[in-house]
Amino acid sequence: MNEVIVIYAVTLLLAWPLGKYIAGVFGGARGAAGAVFLPVENGLYRLFGVNPSQPMSWQGYGKALLKLHLMLVLIVFGLLMAQGFLFLNPDRIDGMSWDLALHTAVSFLTNTNQQHYSGQAQLSYLAHTFGIVTLQVVTPAAGMAALVAIVRTLLGRSDEKKQPTGEGAVSVGNFYEDITRAIVRVMLPVAAVVALIIASQGVPNSYEGARTAVPLDQTAGMEEQNIPIGPVAPMVAIKQVGTNGGGWYGPNSSVPLENPTPLSNFVQTVSIVLIPAALVFALGFMTGRRRLAMVVMGVMVVMSVSLTSVAIWSENQPNAAFSGLAADGPNMEGKEVRFGATATALWGSWTTQTSNGSVNGMHDSFNPIGGMIPMIDMFINVTFGGIGVGLIGYLLFLLLAAFLGSLMIGRAPEIAGKALETREMKLVCIALLIQPLLILGFSAITVAFPSLTGNSNPGFHGISQVIYEYTSAFANNGSGFEGLGDDTVWWNVTCAVNLALGRFIPILAPLAIAASLAAKRSAPEGRGSLSIDTPTFGLMTLAVIVMFTLLSFMPVLILGPIAEALALMS
Amino acid sequence: MMTESNTGGATRSASWLSALRMAIALILLCGGLYPLLITTVGKVMFHHQAFGSMIIVDDTIVGSELVGQRFIAPEYFHGRPSAAEYDPFSVGGSNYAASNPDLKVRVAGDSGEIAKRESVAPTSIPADLLAASGSGIDPHISPESAILQAKRVANTRDMPIEKVNELIAQYTQGPTLGVFGQRRVHVLKLNLALDGKEWND
Repeated sequence: MNEVIVIYAVTLLLAWPLGKYIAGVFGGARGAAGAVFLPVENGLYRLFGVNPSQPMSWQGYGKALLKLHLMLVLIVFGLLMAQGFLFLNPDRIDGMSWDLALHTAVSFLTNTNQQHYSGQAQLSYLAHTFGIVTLQVVTPAAGMAALVAIVRTLLGRSDEKKQPTGEGAVSVGNFYEDITRAIVRVMLPVAAVVALIIASQGVPNSYEGARTAVPLDQTAGMEEQNIPIGPVAPMVAIKQVGTNGGGWYGPNSSVPLENPTPLSNFVQTVSIVLIPAALVFALGFMTGRRRLAMVVMGVMVVMSVSLTSVAIWSENQPNAAFSGLAADGPNMEGKEVRFGATATALWGSWTTQTSNGSVNGMHDSFNPIGGMIPMIDMFINVTFGGIGVGLIGYLLFLLLAAFLGSLMIGRAPEIAGKALETREMKLVCIALLIQPLLILGFSAITVAFPSLTGNSNPGFHGISQVIYEYTSAFANNGSGFEGLGDDTVWWNVTCAVNLALGRFIPILAPLAIAASLAAKRSAPEGRGSLSIDTPTFGLMTLAVIVMFTLLSFMPVLILGPIAEALALMS
Repeated sequence: MMTESNTGGATRSASWLSALRMAIALILLCGGLYPLLITTVGKVMFHHQAFGSMIIVDDTIVGSELVGQRFIAPEYFHGRPSAAEYDPFSVGGSNYAASNPDLKVRVAGDSGEIAKRESVAPTSIPADLLAASGSGIDPHISPESAILQAKRVANTRDMPIEKVNELIAQYTQGPTLGVFGQRRVHVLKLNLALDGKEWND
């Protein structure tokens, strides 16, 4: 229990100064630490062939983002299919099938890192570093850039980048400058620090291929033990800090080579929430609305602590299958002795709140209620959430709450002095409703054809496996009930659809909303207007989130984990 | 090179060529330079860890501190069940749900076997000794799981049980800084110590 409290406290204490720093990075023309990083960035702009000071409309910003992503996905897709013929492949690993390569490329492009393969056996060092690690650095930076653009347009101090022109073409900033600063000043430095810490704990750092050991008990049937290593530390670091989640080894950070000690587990757990939480503080520093940031943080912490507590309680109960066959103790199936049930449940909850998706134990083997928490976390997906996109998602709920709240107090719906009208609310609805539509739609189709599901567990848990997979894809999380046989054309292609829509609609729609609101005439915020930075409004937003989630997903939760829990109790 | 058309100061399109150049440059920076730099520094600063924390006895690699091994001989302490048969290339958990009848069958089988082997009641077997780990290569067991096996190991080896318990205590690690992680015993190191082997610690 002390471990959990220390981890929460350290994370929030580190997030505060980091948030201040991040706000500074996107603050002025030079930004925080500009003296160090500007020369590097200017060199990069020249390589890119772009002008970082050109203001962009929301369409221009969106197009620049999409075009970069399209180029990256094509290159990585090719790399994955061709890795067998390429260099940096000491363990002689073959190329992927087209559908697995498609799913993998889209999965990492969308900051999801859902894996239908096992990295140590199915990716060369070339694909791991140049393909996977690149996307693990670039995609959280893209999320951060989008958040900064939206926040600066929607709530921002009127700095020089916002210049309504009267033609409806509001500038939201410059995509190239935002993403480059996010990469050079935030993602890479933070990842480098984490990489060296975990390297000291035992995460491998080598390009030299697998090692071979001669096991001690030669009667146990294994003459030689081949141990895959590689440049693991840099990947695991960016995997943790970038809400990525895709590990070097198949079972992720449960593998001792990927997460060797309780200390590395501590650092990796903190890394899951660090930047998402820092961005909430950054929101306050960027907009000058510190009270709003504190209210948002308050709501997120309340959601996080309540859901995490349930998961920790559940995993400390015995596994039903062990009843009468073992001493009473926590559920250790799929968990590691060095971490224990509590630290694993904490990780399982945080990794799904933030769209990280790394694991340090197998969620499929969690007790039914413990396995339900990650699903709820992913349905909500704005408890800190993915880098950038989590807070963007929260802002959508905030708009919905402002809309409802304004109507409740009998005012025309508005936010920060701008009228919320049909166009904005339509976009809010599209961005929010596409989630239950896709998750439930695809789950229903898949469950209707049992030959498609690839279930490894029977009964109610089989339904949970399917729902978990699509939820994880849409939430851009990437964790899974991993018993699922998911490397099939059906799973690879349908998940790829969920991945892409779950990433780009929740980025582009809010960007359009922000630009649309910014183009409107601003009414001064008076005594009668709805204030969004009060605890009352925070509670209102929380209520909207809870109701939206319950109404959308309560039925499937009953069909899956709740039915399973009840069946085990009887 | 740039083909943006300006509308009211805000550009509406970005060039494909820039996107391609950017993608390539970022791949070289984030996928090439960043891991290369970390790996180079990491190798210098943490050389033993960089190559997988190998345990070496008389110039032979007998395993890794971070990879468990399968033990079945009665003179050794046994580790946890593994869904991967302790093969690091096919790491993984069982992914059995608590409601899966196959899990119950597996646990019942193992529980009966261990109860017989160690001459104890099934309900005194710690859960970790019957539960498959997440990685399939968990190198540790709980101290309770080690103590349960002490008598059998001592008898097979004709060693005083006090000596065996002493070794268990010696190879039991507590939580780091008293807060992080669980008490645990490294099975391979304990067994190496029982054999009187010396390694690069």
